Amino acid sequence: MNVTDLTFLALCLPFLGALFAPLLTRMLGHNAAWVLALIPAAIFVHFAGFTAEIAQGTPITGGYTWVPSFNVRFSWLIDGLSLSFILLISGIGALIVLYAGGYLKGHAHQGRFFSFLLMFMGSMLGLVASDSFLMLFVFWELTSITSFLLIGFDHHREAARRAAFQALVVTGGGGLFLLAGLIVLWNISGVTQFSALMSLGPMVKASPLYLAALVLVLGGAFTKSAQFPFHFWLPNAMEAPTPVSAYLHSATMVKAGVYLLMRLNPVLGDTPEWQLILPVFGAATLVIGALLAVRQTDLKLMLAYTTMSSLGLLVMLTGFGVPYAIEAAVLYLVAHSLFKGALFMVAGIIDHETGTRDVTRLGGLRTAMPLTFAIALAAAISMGGLPPFFGFLAKEEVYAALSSSDPRSIVFAVLVITGNALMFAIAFAVALKPFSGKLVATPKHPHEAPVLLWLGPAVLALAGLVAAVLSAAGHALISTPMASAIAGEPRVITISLVPHIGVPLALSGITGVIGIALYLGLARVRAGVASVLAWIGWGPDRGFDQAIRGLVRFSFAVTRRLQNGRLDSYMTMTFTAIAAVLLVPPFVFGELALAPVFPSIPLHELAIMVIAVIGLFAVVLAKDRLTAIVSLGIQGFSVAVIFLLYGAPDLAFTQFMIETLAVVILALVMTRLRLSPSDHRPFRETLPDAAIAIACGLGAGLLLLKVTQVPFDTALSDFFAQYSKTIAHGANIVNVIIVDFRGTDTLGEIAVVMIAGLAILSLVRLRAGSMRRIADNDPDAEEAGR
Amino acid sequence: MKSLIFRTITPVITSVMMLFSIFVLLRGHNEPGGGFIGGLIAVAALSIYGIAFGGETVRRAIVFHPLSIAGAGLLLATLSGLLSMVFHVPFMTGLWVYPVVFGEEIPLSSVMTFDIGVYLVVVGAVTSIALSLEERGED
Amino acid sequence: MEPVFAVLTGIFLAVAVYLLLSKFIIRILLGVAILGNAVNLLLFTSGRILREVPPVIGAGLDVPAGVTANPLPQALILTAIVISFSFFAFLLVLSWRAYSVLGTDNTDIMRVAEPDDVQPPPLGY
Repeated sequence: MNVTDLTFLALCLPFLGALFAPLLTRMLGHNAAWVLALIPAAIFVHFAGFTAEIAQGTPITGGYTWVPSFNVRFSWLIDGLSLSFILLISGIGALIVLYAGGYLKGHAHQGRFFSFLLMFMGSMLGLVASDSFLMLFVFWELTSITSFLLIGFDHHREAARRAAFQALVVTGGGGLFLLAGLIVLWNISGVTQFSALMSLGPMVKASPLYLAALVLVLGGAFTKSAQFPFHFWLPNAMEAPTPVSAYLHSATMVKAGVYLLMRLNPVLGDTPEWQLILPVFGAATLVIGALLAVRQTDLKLMLAYTTMSSLGLLVMLTGFGVPYAIEAAVLYLVAHSLFKGALFMVAGIIDHETGTRDVTRLGGLRTAMPLTFAIALAAAISMGGLPPFFGFLAKEEVYAALSSSDPRSIVFAVLVITGNALMFAIAFAVALKPFSGKLVATPKHPHEAPVLLWLGPAVLALAGLVAAVLSAAGHALISTPMASAIAGEPRVITISLVPHIGVPLALSGITGVIGIALYLGLARVRAGVASVLAWIGWGPDRGFDQAIRGLVRFSFAVTRRLQNGRLDSYMTMTFTAIAAVLLVPPFVFGELALAPVFPSIPLHELAIMVIAVIGLFAVVLAKDRLTAIVSLGIQGFSVAVIFLLYGAPDLAFTQFMIETLAVVILALVMTRLRLSPSDHRPFRETLPDAAIAIACGLGAGLLLLKVTQVPFDTALSDFFAQYSKTIAHGANIVNVIIVDFRGTDTLGEIAVVMIAGLAILSLVRLRAGSMRRIADNDPDAEEAGR
Repeated sequence: MKSLIFRTITPVITSVMMLFSIFVLLRGHNEPGGGFIGGLIAVAALSIYGIAFGGETVRRAIVFHPLSIAGAGLLLATLSGLLSMVFHVPFMTGLWVYPVVFGEEIPLSSVMTFDIGVYLVVVGAVTSIALSLEERGED
Repeated sequence: MEPVFAVLTGIFLAVAVYLLLSKFIIRILLGVAILGNAVNLLLFTSGRILREVPPVIGAGLDVPAGVTANPLPQALILTAIVISFSFFAFLLVLSWRAYSVLGTDNTDIMRVAEPDDVQPPPLGY
């Protein structure tokens, strides 16, 4: 197997694992996690092998032809950006699988959960590895669908169903914007692959469609990455089991939007629009998220809102366009994945071991759960941006970017300091409050978590320390290639734990001081934010409910109007539409037929046509059923004669036989129906019906006239005439077409005849009693009756 | 129908029409005719027979259930198409043989058996329709 | 010849549509039967009309001796006739069964599948 096949296998592996996860869990119970974690671990190892090569600056591409006629390939592009994401997704993924093994131990549907989790992981990997637009979109929507399954895992709770539905609507709907954006990009550039698009940035930016492409792509990215005002699905998604929250909201799902922005930065970035929209939305999300986080008392919700803040910071940095901004985004992204994953898992452990995750009802756990406390503290230090953890490096780089001479810097620096100070306070509220102070009674007796639970967060917390200490190696292998890929030009990251006296360090100090102040006065800040929120009233979350309700009511009203259960109104609508289709375009586009020249026709031919028309009108005007049936026969036989006169003996004979049979069976049934065939239509219905009918007839006649006035392409007919005898050995061309040239068609048609025979037989054989039972089967009637 | 003349003459008419229907079926490849028309003529013949003697008599006369006949026809048509697979040519390719019987060359082909299949489907299905409607008329 | 056929087809179609717009199934059925003929005529005409020369190759020839009627629409129509008959027979039996169960031939009253008093769907999740 070569590298390409192995990479393809690595991308497929999670889906294969998803197939076997339920079986494995049935056999091994929660210990199946140890086996299943090997899947992301193997993927991690496979892609880690590319690190050295990619650090040299050569991206790894590969793939297979998918739809050659549309130049669509199943292809991947692994550069510094993709690689970092893949390593985060698979690395944290392995830890999450282990964690889920402990967290959902004994759950009846643990196998299903593993299956969903692996499917999500596969979608996420595919998303960041994609080179082709279409593949990115498919995986993008797959992450929406699989996250729907994960968030709604506890589907017996309405809140979980609502959260899952909301996430699907917001992120899946955003995916449609993304699709449109990618199509616009394809339209502008003519390429369908990111690797080819990268060098076409100037062309895209010069295009008049640039703004449209930008807005559409941002529509996808902002919904996925929960930017204000599309943020509401993210905290609601906390209804999911904690392993899901830890995975989706640290390194994966919500980072997909940031990934997209970073991926397209060389193409769409570095324009006034980009540098306006991204920082403004990002900073708004940062501050609003942090303020909303303070308001919460649920550990998971506090973390969820700070995730929103962090995403805002990342979006802001990606679009800021000053030195160090991209580098800061890279470092912060990695740091956030590590500490947020760990903190979510810690919150899960606390919930799992004590039975509550309300921070006001927790305290004094440090003696019962020392290990968890240590992990929480390590992660919180990183989140607060204090040395010696990786978060410190990230924050220093952020402040380095903000202390540039750019005029926007001061405003944004104030906003970022506010946000960071709030996050600092929350970090320690999560990591210190439950463990410090007096022991508070909890629903469950607290004790230390089993290894499956603490292993994941411990590794992540430790990784935050190791990454900071060994920052030189990390920068060379991961951060620098990633930043270069995002910037589209070589960038070098050098920051280390060695303190540099300067503006960034001063800003860090200010953040820390404000953070400590906020932490100490958290209860008062919380009350303040709560009262402001109460004054604002309802936000986008309530708006979502209203919109969905409105949609349901609207569609119900429309359905009632259009599908009122009356056949004749359906028919009227259908034929009005047909008449419009037939008549409007010829008039609008001036494609009307020329005035026809009527040839003189022999009397007997004219007579047959007149008889046919008389037969038709006799059917309409007939007062009793015998007249109607006979008149139907008359028009049918006239058509048969017309076929005979115009060179179609086969048709004529068939039509004769069929019309005879039709009249016979019609008579057989009608005599039993005791129906009056005459028209009961009141006059006010006759006129519109007649108008629609005449419009249809007129339209069809005009169309036919026009069709017969253009030159006739005889290629097909000539083909049949030429080869009927020489190849198919038949002189009757019509018959040869039916049984030989187009025999497969005929086979289908006789099958239809056969099925009609079967259906009629079964309808006739139904006894009256069984018919009544069918009517009883109507579920609505049943409820009403009993 | 109780008319004596009609009842006397019906067997003759029916048999002549059945023969004619087969003639039309077999000549269809070179002259106007074919499985569809032949089948419909046969149905007409059976209908006349049914009108004279009743549906039950028709059922006895054709031995098999009409839908079995139609099913057999569908099977025959499908097999005629599948036969070409044996000779490694695409589905539904016409295959011809010309055996000489009594010094006369008889062209036989998978196309012809296909047309016979069409004939049987039309006879079976339409007869079944007519008979099932007719039957209900009696109860 | 085609203009005459275009007019004829238009009349067939108009009558068929008028019957289909009725509320009474038996008239709808008559409309279906006529609609089949109208469509067949439409196909026949769009393949162009030629008088009295069936598309049959004469004895001893390999291709037709002169211009013949267009065989392609004929082949299409031939199968269409048989299928529309089967379909017509099926509709006929279906409406007869519907009549014997529901006791009406008025489509406004046939509302087992789409009852009049539909409740709005629930608004929760």
